[in-house]
Amino acid sequence: MALPAAAPPAPRRQLLVGTALACVAGTMLIGGMLAVFALLRERFLDANPEGRFPVDYIITEVASNVMLMTLWSLCVFAQWAVYSGKRDDRAHTALALGIVGLLAIAFINGQAFVWYTMGVPIAADYYGPLFYAVTGTMTALVAAGLVYTVVASFRALGGRLGEVEVLSAHALYWYFIAAAYSAVWFLVYVTK
Amino acid sequence: MTTIETHADAAGESVVASFFAGLASWATTADHKKIGRIYLGFGLLGLLGATVISALLGLERAAESAALQRDTLVQLFQAQRVSLVFAGVIPLALGLAIAVVPLQLGARQIAFPRLALTGCYAWLGGLVLTFTALGRNGGVGGGTPDAVDLFLAGHGLMILGLLASAGSVAVTVLTTRAPGMTMWRVPLFSWSALVSAIGAVVALPVAFGAIIYVFIDHRLGTQLNFGGAEGIGPWIGWIFSVPMVIVFAIPAVGVAAELMPVTFKARQPLRGVLFTGIAFVGFAAFAAVTTQSFVTSPDNIATMVSLDSDQTFGAFLGDLLPFLTLVGVPVLGLLMVMGLGGLTAKSGMAHGRPQITAAFLFSFLGMGMVFVGVVGTFLMGIADLEIAGTAMEEGAVLYVVYGAAMGVMGGIAFWAPKLWGRTLPEKLVLPLVLLALGGTVLASLPLYIAGFLGQAGGIPASDPDLETVLSLDYAGSASLWNVLSMIGSILMLVAVLAFVGLMMKTFVGAGARAADNPFGGHTIEWSRPSPAPASNFEHVPTVASATPVFDMTHEGSRS
Repeated sequence: MALPAAAPPAPRRQLLVGTALACVAGTMLIGGMLAVFALLRERFLDANPEGRFPVDYIITEVASNVMLMTLWSLCVFAQWAVYSGKRDDRAHTALALGIVGLLAIAFINGQAFVWYTMGVPIAADYYGPLFYAVTGTMTALVAAGLVYTVVASFRALGGRLGEVEVLSAHALYWYFIAAAYSAVWFLVYVTK
Repeated sequence: MTTIETHADAAGESVVASFFAGLASWATTADHKKIGRIYLGFGLLGLLGATVISALLGLERAAESAALQRDTLVQLFQAQRVSLVFAGVIPLALGLAIAVVPLQLGARQIAFPRLALTGCYAWLGGLVLTFTALGRNGGVGGGTPDAVDLFLAGHGLMILGLLASAGSVAVTVLTTRAPGMTMWRVPLFSWSALVSAIGAVVALPVAFGAIIYVFIDHRLGTQLNFGGAEGIGPWIGWIFSVPMVIVFAIPAVGVAAELMPVTFKARQPLRGVLFTGIAFVGFAAFAAVTTQSFVTSPDNIATMVSLDSDQTFGAFLGDLLPFLTLVGVPVLGLLMVMGLGGLTAKSGMAHGRPQITAAFLFSFLGMGMVFVGVVGTFLMGIADLEIAGTAMEEGAVLYVVYGAAMGVMGGIAFWAPKLWGRTLPEKLVLPLVLLALGGTVLASLPLYIAGFLGQAGGIPASDPDLETVLSLDYAGSASLWNVLSMIGSILMLVAVLAFVGLMMKTFVGAGARAADNPFGGHTIEWSRPSPAPASNFEHVPTVASATPVFDMTHEGSRS
């Protein structure tokens, strides 16, 4: 028994759909962690009505704001890579991806600066584990994005520039990262 | 993506070289059928372990004096949950989905095959770490801090692995369907695999986030926020319990839905409604995630409702709506699946005798068991019954896990011809259906009764917790229910062991080769030879209906 044969199916954006699912998982991860952060902060403030959360640390708002702007501007460059890739413009695609990589490194550097400047001891009080868990996870997601940028660069520039699916999926991941960090920024660095 | 398969034949005549080449072929395979079978093999082993541990715990609770050392009991309770869920139902359901879904979709390969295999190894590695940790006094309430950390790390690794494999399944259904196969025409089992995979993608990252918190707090922090080792249970215990477990049982429901029209030789009416019913069961993922709020906000549990007449109507409605959405909808979903199955049966019976197979009985009765577990979860949500936190919770988990295992065993019996080219002997499998059914009912129902009688349940984290869980009123009937539950788990152990034996016997080549479509299957995997070749389809077929093979064999027949 055999069914009639058909032409091989056209690619159906496997990488894009896979990345979208990864973004859903990442959203649930960061969303869940922020929910716990907010609930424990509420619990702390209920127990200490005159208190402030975090207790004695000065949040380096300039650095955290710049990190937020870094991520959103990174998205512009990721989208520029898609635009250039569609036009087979190798030089601009490479330039855009290179800037994306640099900005991701800048974000990680900024996060390290925030950790160093705030000087929150992880083992000393109530706030430390919460703060490092959320910001550390966020940094890990950005580091994963950096790896994605390197892989996308190899695949897009290694002779398959016309296939922009990897670039589109790469850009989608950075949009997710920017949105996720916006939520982290608001809850961890802005509201106290 | 192009993948290369290593074949054992490449090693030539030497037996040793052939063995290692075969091993390497399996260990590095990109063939979804092999990846699925690796999951299934370890899943069956895990289920065997779970039945043994469940029987031991039943023995402990039934005995008037301690049969096991108390130090080991806290770990044993956790080992039961880990083995039931992470070593049993998840790999079984996921393995069947990985092995069968691409075949059903007319795909040559699963999406991201290496990711799926890496996920399998990550899950396996995490499982080994978890049991190593439990063996070294780790886990919930564990006394060895390093082992507690190892327990958490093991769970994190398992979750990452399962997410990778579940993601591969979901992307396969969404992107690699044969030409003409719209989502409307996706086979029912593949749809259920998609719903389950998305449920896992939604819920497991929340557990992963909690694990990160607890790990950092326990290893590096003050242990003020999350309660140290004893806090692990409240924070991540929900992944070992209902309603989370229901999400992993959805493919078992899909097997039953798939086999209903095959058995009754009829087309499935109202496919859209059936799809909706299966998707409704997936609401359990959202219910599971909300149960984490129990830790921090016990007055605001979305999966519970009170019927107390003293409360205002607004407060009642405020509790009722989320309760019905999160806990009631999965019950409705299963009712829809069973109701439409009945409709298919009625339609088929009008035109001839059904072809009742062991695979069908396994999956249909398994779905029934899952349904009883889901109903139990619903009842536990009614606060006035005062059965939340009792032994009924363990009963519901056993109903769902053993029921899902029955469904998967039905799926293995059904798709064995496509996976390794042999059919399991019907006459030998049929008694196992009854054995597994008896085992599931005996293991679970007595715990429902014990729960109504007030026997405490849950995962103990300390000696006082253990005292509570083990304290039974021996003047009453509590001992009897635990003895029955123990016997049930032993029956299940025998059923699974015998099933594995039969499977292995045919897997190594015993019995006659299976025909291409021995059960009269409706979907396109049955158009391929048995076993299906490594690349599934040399020419990707065009699909013009939801049941292309049924259409070819029953052209112009009833709809």
